[in-house]
Amino acid sequence: MDPRDKVLDKYSSKVYKNRKEHVITIKDGEPNVITADTRTVPGIMTNRGCCYAGAKGVVIGPLKDVLTITHGPIGCGFYSWGTRRNKAKGDESTKSFLEYCLSTDMQETDIVFGGEKKLRQALKEAVEIFDPECIAIASTCPVGLIGDDIHAIASEAEKEYGITVMAFSCEGYKGVSQSGGHHIANNGLMKKVIGTGDASPVKYSVNLLGEYNIGGDGWEVERLLKRIGYNVISIMTGDGSYATLKNAHTADLNLVQCHRSINYIAEMMKTKYGTDWMKVNFIGIDTTKKSLRDLAKYFNDPELIKRTEEVIAEEEASIAQGIAACQEKLKGKKAAIYVGGSRSHHYINLLNSLGVDTVLAGYEFAHRDDYEGREVIPTIKQDADSKNIESITVAKDESYYKERLTEEELMALRADGIPMEEYNGMWEDIMDGAVITDDYNHFETEQFIKELGIDIFFSGIKDKYVITRMGVPSRQLHSYDYSGPYAGFKGALNFANDVTMATHIPAWNMLTAPWKKTPTLNGSLGGNE
Amino acid sequence: MRQVAIYGKGGIGKSTTTQNLTAGLGRMGKKIMVVGCDPKADSTRLLLGGLAQQTVLDTLREEGEEIELDQILKPGYKDIMCVESGGPEPGVGCAGRGIITSISMLEQLGAYEDDLDYVFYDVLGDVVCGGFAMPIREGKAQEIYIVASGEMMALYAANNISKGIQKYAKTGGVRLGGIICNSRNVDGEAELVEAFAKELGSQMIHFVPRDNMVQRAEINKKTVLEFDDTCNQANEYLTLASAIDNNELFVIPSPMKQDRLEELLMEHGLMDI
Repeated sequence: MDPRDKVLDKYSSKVYKNRKEHVITIKDGEPNVITADTRTVPGIMTNRGCCYAGAKGVVIGPLKDVLTITHGPIGCGFYSWGTRRNKAKGDESTKSFLEYCLSTDMQETDIVFGGEKKLRQALKEAVEIFDPECIAIASTCPVGLIGDDIHAIASEAEKEYGITVMAFSCEGYKGVSQSGGHHIANNGLMKKVIGTGDASPVKYSVNLLGEYNIGGDGWEVERLLKRIGYNVISIMTGDGSYATLKNAHTADLNLVQCHRSINYIAEMMKTKYGTDWMKVNFIGIDTTKKSLRDLAKYFNDPELIKRTEEVIAEEEASIAQGIAACQEKLKGKKAAIYVGGSRSHHYINLLNSLGVDTVLAGYEFAHRDDYEGREVIPTIKQDADSKNIESITVAKDESYYKERLTEEELMALRADGIPMEEYNGMWEDIMDGAVITDDYNHFETEQFIKELGIDIFFSGIKDKYVITRMGVPSRQLHSYDYSGPYAGFKGALNFANDVTMATHIPAWNMLTAPWKKTPTLNGSLGGNE
Repeated sequence: MRQVAIYGKGGIGKSTTTQNLTAGLGRMGKKIMVVGCDPKADSTRLLLGGLAQQTVLDTLREEGEEIELDQILKPGYKDIMCVESGGPEPGVGCAGRGIITSISMLEQLGAYEDDLDYVFYDVLGDVVCGGFAMPIREGKAQEIYIVASGEMMALYAANNISKGIQKYAKTGGVRLGGIICNSRNVDGEAELVEAFAKELGSQMIHFVPRDNMVQRAEINKKTVLEFDDTCNQANEYLTLASAIDNNELFVIPSPMKQDRLEELLMEHGLMDI
C-alpha cells in the first residue's frame, strides 16, 4: 500500500474526505493539485499559528525601531517576545526596541469597560520612555470582540505626538492561519510607511523582501549583495527599520525571498511605484548562485556580472572543503521538511546538493501558489475565509512611479529563465514520489516517519521533541536551534555541519525507555478466583 | 430559593414591572434580592428611592481587591436587597462580559443567602450575546417571565426570547413561567396575548392594565405599592405577585415560526388598527 494511503486510511471518513485533498504523492508529469489555505479540521493537532502571530510575530515584530505594543492580555505579548530569533542591531542612528516587550496587559475590567483608555495610556508612556518615531499597535482576540477602535486611537496619537502610529486589526481568530496576519501587516506597511521617505534614488538598489534575519540570514545575504556592489535600501523586515522602509520605493528592484508572507507588498509596489520584483532563494549554494546571476542580468552591467562571478568563485571556494566532508556523511539520507509557507521549498535544493533527498514536505499555512506556482492564482477559488481578510488595492503614485524595465525587456528576462514576477512553487524542486502534506499535524508526522524511514526531520518547536524521542534527529527551521545563519554560501556550510552533527549523534536512539524493558505496573487478572 | 429572570422587548416596562412585582412579594413577607443586569443600572431605582446604588462593576474597577458585599448590596422597600451589575458606557467594552463577571462576583461574595425566597434578574431587552443569557444558565434562574404587550414588536421579541429559553432549557433547567401583559391599551390585547401565550404552551400570568398611577409613582421614585397602596394598580401588582408565587405551570416554550406568529396577529384583529 502507498504510504500516503496507509496513513490516511486511519482517519474517519469525515476527516479522510478533508485530508485526502491536502495529502498527495508527487507524480512526475501530472499537475499535482493540492488543497491549501483552508480551515483545519477540529481535533487534528495542527502546527499552525494565528493571525496575530503572522502580523506581529512575523512581519511587524522584526522592525527594530518600531515600538510594537500588543493590545491585549499579557500572554500574547509575552509568548511572542524574542521567540523567533529575528536578530537586529541598533546603532547611533537607529534605535532597536527588540529586547522589549510592550503590552497593555488587559484585565477583566478593561474587557468590560473597554481597553481604549489603557491603550492611550500605553502610547503616552511609550512615547515618554522610548521616544520612537513609529509605533505599531497589534490587536489580540478580545480587542476584536469588544470593538476597541484602535485605528481611531492611532490617528489621535499621530496628531498628538507627531509620530507614525500603525494599527493592525490582526486578532488571532481571523482567517484560517497566520497567513491572514501577513496580509494585514503588508497592507499596513504599504499604507503607512513605504513611500513616505524622501531619499534620493541610488544606483543598483534593491529591497530584500521576506527575509526575517532568523539566525542572521539577512545579514549574510546583505553582505553578499554589498560585496558585489548593490545598495540594499531596506530589508523586509529582518533587522529592518521604519527609517529604511520609508524609502523602499526608491529601490530599482524588489527581491522576494519568502513569497508567502510578502508577495502582497511586492505586487502593490509594482502597481504603485513600478518596482519590478524577482523571486530569489538565498538558501542553498546553487540557488544562491542562480539568484545572484539573475540579479546581475536584471541590471545587465558587465562590471556587476564580472563582480558577481568573482564573489561566487571566492565564496564557493571558501566552503568547498567543508561541504565535501558533509556530503560524504550525508549522502543517501532522507529528509522531511515542514515549515511555514516558503521555507520548506527553500531548503530542498540545499539538501539535494548535500546528497539528501526530501521525501516528505509540506507547509503550515501556504496557499496553492506556493506549492504549484503563481500560474494557478487565477484558478484559486476565494472562499469566505479568504474574503474575510482585508485586501487593499493601490493606484499609481504619480510623483514616484517609474517604469524600470519595459514589458518587452521583462519578457526577455523571463524567457531567459529569470523569475520576474514569477514563482514556480515547491513543485519546481520536489522529487517524484515525494509525499506532500499541507497543514501537517502530529499524527501524520509520526506515521510518515515510520512509513518513510526519515533520517532527519526539519520543523519547529511544536513537534521537535516528539520526533527526537522517536529516535529521529530533528532541527528547527523556524529558529535554527540557536544556530545559523543558513543563508548564502557560509550559511550553507553552517547548515551542512548542523545536519551532519544531528544525524551522527543519535543519542535518543541509544536509549530505551524503562517501560519498554520492565513493566511499570503489576497486577493480576481478576474474576477467575 | 426561587430564581426568576424577567425578559422582554426594550422599553416594555421590565424594570417597572419587576420592581412593582417584587414590592408586592415583599408585602407578602418574602425575602427578595433584585439583580439589575442592565448597563444603565436603573433597575432598582424605585425600590431604593433613587439611583443610590454603586454598581458591582464600578466597585470592582475602583476598589480592586477590597470589595465587600455591603458596598454593592443595598436594602430598599420592604428590605428588598438591591444590586446593580452596571457596565460600560454605550459603544465601548463588553456589557455581556460585565454581567458574567458581576454575577460570578455576587456568588463569590455570598450574596445568594440561603434564607432568600426569591432572586429576580432584570435583564436588558434582547439576549444579544452569551452574557445576557448568563442569568438563565445552569444553576441560575429556573423560571422566566416575559413582559409583553399586544403590540406586534413586543410579541416578536417575546417569541425570540422563547427561542433562547428553548435552547437553555435543554442544557440547564430553565422554564417559561408565563407572559406578563403590560397593557398598552391595544384593541383585543388580553385575548391576543392570551392566545400567544397558549401557542407557546404557556399562559398569560396576569394582565396589568395601563394606569397613570405607575408614572406618578415613578416620578416620585417609588413603586406603586409604596406610593399609594390603596389604588387599583397596587392591587393589580399584588395579584401578579401572588399569581407568580402560586404559579405551577413551567414549560419549555414552543416558539412560533414567523408565518404562524403573523397569522396569530391577524386572527386577533391587529389588521384593523
